[in-house]
Amino acid sequence: MNATIKHSIRQLAIWTAAWLVTTAIAVFGPTFIWEGNTALSALFITINLAVGAGMVFANIRHVLSLDEMLQKIQLQAMGLTLGVTLIAGIAYSIADITDVISQDAEISFLIILMGLTYLSVLAILNKKYS
Amino acid sequence: MKNRLKVLRAENDYTQADLAEKLEVSRQTVNAIETGKYDPSLPLAFKIARLFGQPIEQIFDDEGS
Repeated sequence: MNATIKHSIRQLAIWTAAWLVTTAIAVFGPTFIWEGNTALSALFITINLAVGAGMVFANIRHVLSLDEMLQKIQLQAMGLTLGVTLIAGIAYSIADITDVISQDAEISFLIILMGLTYLSVLAILNKKYS
Repeated sequence: MKNRLKVLRAENDYTQADLAEKLEVSRQTVNAIETGKYDPSLPLAFKIARLFGQPIEQIFDDEGS
C-alpha cells in the first residue's frame, strides 16, 4: 500500500469519526446537553451536514487515490450496495405502508443493510482478485 | 487474457512489490494481472510494455480469453 493511499485512508477515517461524533451530538444533545433548545439543535444539524460533506469528499479523494483495479472493486461494491439498498428500501417502505409489517419502517435498518452489503461485496471481490 | 508478466518480472529480478511500485499500482493488482484474474487497461498495458521494452502483443495474448 503506497503512501498516498495510506494518507487518503487516514483522512477518510478522521472525517468519518468526526461525522459520527457530530451525529451523536446532534441526536443526543437535545436530550442530554441542551434540553430542547431548537437553535442549538439546528446549529449542530448544520455542523453535522457540513462534516458529512467533508466525509463524502474524503471518500471521493480516497477512491481516486486507488489504482484502476481497486477502483473497479469499489465501483462494483458501491453499485451493488446502491441497488440492494434501493430495492430493499422501497420494498420495506411498501411493507410498512400496506401494514404487512406491524412496526414502522426505520432508516437504521437500511443503514445496517447498506453497511453489511458493502462490506460483504468488498470482501468477496477482494478475495476474487487476490 | 494470458500474459507473460510473471516471466518478465522474474527475468528482471523484480518482486511483485517492486513491479507494483514501478507501475504505480498495488501489489494486489500486479498479482491479479499475473494470475489472469484482471485485465489491465490499455494505458497500464502500455506502461508495462514500456517498462519491459517489449511490444504489448509480446506480453499480452488474447487468444486464451
